[in-house]
Amino acid sequence: MLKQRPFLIETLTAIGLIVAPFVLPHLGFAPNTVNRILVWGLFGLGFDILFGFTGLLSFGQSAFYGTGGFVAAYLLTRAGFGNVLGALIIGMIAAAATGYLIGLIALRRTGIYFAMITVAIAEVFFFVEFNPLSDFTGGENGLPGVPTPSFNLGFTTLHFTNGWSLYQFIALCYFIGVIIALRIVRSPVGAIFSAIRDNPLRATAVGHNIHGYKLTAFVIAAAYAGFAGGLLGVLQAFMPPDAFTFDTSGQLVMQTAIGGRGTLFGPLVGATVWLFLQDFLQSALGLGAAWKLVLGVVFVLLVCFLRGGIIGGLADLYRLLSGRRKRSDTEAEPDTDTTLHLAPAPMQAKEVAHPAYSGPILKATGLTKRYGGLVANSDIDFSVNQGELRGIIGPNGAGKSTFFKMLTCEIAPTSGQIVFEGRDITGLKVTEVCQLGLTKSYQVNQLFTGLTVRQNLTIAALAELRGKFRLDLFRKLSSVKGLTEQVEHTLALVNLTRRADTPVAELAYGEKRRLEIGLALATSPRLLLLDEPLAGMSPRERVETVKLLKSIARGRTMIIIDHDMDSLFELVERVTVLQEGKVLLDGTPEEIRTNAAVQEAYLGGVHGEIAA
Amino acid sequence: MISWPNLVSQLFNGLALGALLALISSGLTIIYGTLGVLNLAHGAMFMIGGYAGFVAYQYTESFILAVIAGSLFVMLLGVAMERVIIRHFYHRPHEDQLLVTFGLGICFVEIIRLIFSSQSQLVPPPAIFQGITNLGFMFYPTYRLAVVGIVAIALGALFIILYRTRLGMIVRAGIEDSVMVDSLGINVYRVFMVVFGIGAMAAGFAGIVNAPVVSLTPGIGDDILVQTFVVVVIGGVGSFPGAILGGLIAGEIISVTSMFNPGYAYVMLFAAMTLVLVVRPHGLLGVQGRE
Repeated sequence: MLKQRPFLIETLTAIGLIVAPFVLPHLGFAPNTVNRILVWGLFGLGFDILFGFTGLLSFGQSAFYGTGGFVAAYLLTRAGFGNVLGALIIGMIAAAATGYLIGLIALRRTGIYFAMITVAIAEVFFFVEFNPLSDFTGGENGLPGVPTPSFNLGFTTLHFTNGWSLYQFIALCYFIGVIIALRIVRSPVGAIFSAIRDNPLRATAVGHNIHGYKLTAFVIAAAYAGFAGGLLGVLQAFMPPDAFTFDTSGQLVMQTAIGGRGTLFGPLVGATVWLFLQDFLQSALGLGAAWKLVLGVVFVLLVCFLRGGIIGGLADLYRLLSGRRKRSDTEAEPDTDTTLHLAPAPMQAKEVAHPAYSGPILKATGLTKRYGGLVANSDIDFSVNQGELRGIIGPNGAGKSTFFKMLTCEIAPTSGQIVFEGRDITGLKVTEVCQLGLTKSYQVNQLFTGLTVRQNLTIAALAELRGKFRLDLFRKLSSVKGLTEQVEHTLALVNLTRRADTPVAELAYGEKRRLEIGLALATSPRLLLLDEPLAGMSPRERVETVKLLKSIARGRTMIIIDHDMDSLFELVERVTVLQEGKVLLDGTPEEIRTNAAVQEAYLGGVHGEIAA
Repeated sequence: MISWPNLVSQLFNGLALGALLALISSGLTIIYGTLGVLNLAHGAMFMIGGYAGFVAYQYTESFILAVIAGSLFVMLLGVAMERVIIRHFYHRPHEDQLLVTFGLGICFVEIIRLIFSSQSQLVPPPAIFQGITNLGFMFYPTYRLAVVGIVAIALGALFIILYRTRLGMIVRAGIEDSVMVDSLGINVYRVFMVVFGIGAMAAGFAGIVNAPVVSLTPGIGDDILVQTFVVVVIGGVGSFPGAILGGLIAGEIISVTSMFNPGYAYVMLFAAMTLVLVVRPHGLLGVQGRE
């Protein structure tokens, strides 16, 4: 849609900002109101990256807004610093640094904990501003006398004083803010942000250091807040202490939700609605103090019924009107027989870190996991050779999934050791293990459900191509070397090329299962664990998936858990049987098939009962 | 300036504030633990409890009736809020739950502001608790002493509900494993409604009991809400004993720091919270299950 034309959003923003001074006065907007909307919009750009894109709802943005604002205002009023733009940038840096330190604490927890901690932190800043630092911040009086910017160009001096003149400066700042935000959102980091919002567990498992990326989003939001805070002082010629209040954070959250989260422009729209309604309700309708109640009710209704806010609602409407026909087109396309598609060349696994190593690719010794009194796995010795295809079977509750979770380091064993390619990985994090070339596909799908198939695979491939953490904030996603090839290749392997741009939520179950395998595959693992890849599939899908597994097994070691013995035995070379947390037996499919102890384990001694 | 009587009286203040915070936080924490919803309107519940009691006092001149009316009103408000709005948010993401309760909190505050204006309102303490008590080594306002006792009784009642009744058993089980409770054939939605009512009532009760100590303003719940968060983070989400321990710790930190410089009260509180987060991320008495 809009994304296909480069710089379309940038151009539209520029046009909008240029046209605004000619149109808005006729709609009853005073220049000062428009400037305030832009400051809120700029503040919100960063917040939307944090909340809308990364999914971290902070109620403490006032801390950074105030920090940036007061640092800039202090420099300009009391420290005799003359350069307005310089002061704004220093304020922004101060806010970003503060954001980094606060982020280290607040991001120790997620979800509601994170929200509570940010609220508490913001409150601390408010009190610090008022009391211990009042010599610098003016306490409850704030800092009056913040100058407006002027630029000496040699032949003339540009001075942005107030009203529409100052608008030019603020609009330019907002425009630059939009360009930067768009670059960030479209960068690999931006893609990982949305992965964190959708499924932090899987984002970690495919090999991204999500803590680092969350902190990045937090610092970005703090930097935007700091710059916007500085602009507030410039705009009002006075830095008000209420920049630090909880109300500021709350208003930002509400404006973003009203306008539409995850859209970048939501906060601007929200601020427009907010300030317009405030003026309108107060003066035109004479509601006085009740304006905030009306806004509160509007906000609650929007959260209840229009989750995407105003922009989200408009986008839905647009899709409803224009998308119907498009969708029926794609569905009319005949469902080509999947068995017809030619198997693409197998995908290469990651290059071996130390090719000299020739022992077993994975070796676990004495692996034990206890949950209190319950022993899930006890003293398992397990070894898999390079290039082997190993199956693991066992009745329900035999501890197969726990075993896999320990191998991928999702959970730490109570005792025992895991060695991957000669390297002790016991106690490493799941992210690091994935980066080393060991990952798994989950028994219960762990997909990025809000994204398309292609975006899903992109996120997994990025982890392999960029490592677990990298700050290429301004790089285009398409310029990551090898990314397109890897994604296309994986798409072909798991036979989802035709569904590449379909949102995951619209996929059929079998397709989701294949994408689940694709996510693991896109990280190019040398050792791939598959936890019940055939679970819940129709017989036809099973045949299909077994073929897929065979094709990806070339040049790669795989361990597969499944209950479908016929398919599994056809696939693997050796089988390990787990029972009650222990290794019962180890052998070729033929040996296992005929073993009496295995039959006993599965059928629970039914033979004996029948005989009796 | 720092004398023994001064310190002891601040410790008493801390106890009174701590007990109050413990009660409010218990309400917040059992709601969160059972329903999985963090009620950002909890501070508003506290505030409305005070105002509802204030209205009742205007009509009856009886403090006891004011306490009963205030608590019951907030309980009903909580039940209504759960039935009409919160119910539809159980299966929506945490952010949406935070947004909607935050919005409701603002609506409540603004409604009260509309009715009673921003001016502060006074509820006098009941006659028997008026004046000052001589504790032998110092004089202390009688009502503040009484607050400690009244809140302790309320906490005791909450303890009995949580640990000695069938409902409490379900609630505690639900905090540890709500899926399991659901599958045992218990109508969790009715339990949710009752828990929300009780949790809100705890805040409302605290609101009216606290009203004679401070004067009522529509914004009174905001600060309390922030302090409650710190209490819950320190004590551990979903833990009733944790809320009490955290409440007392927070109350003492605020009071004792205020003796030196009130401006640092929040800084110290925050420092304590950070320390807990670093040393025991799940809170002092927290359960690992919920996040």
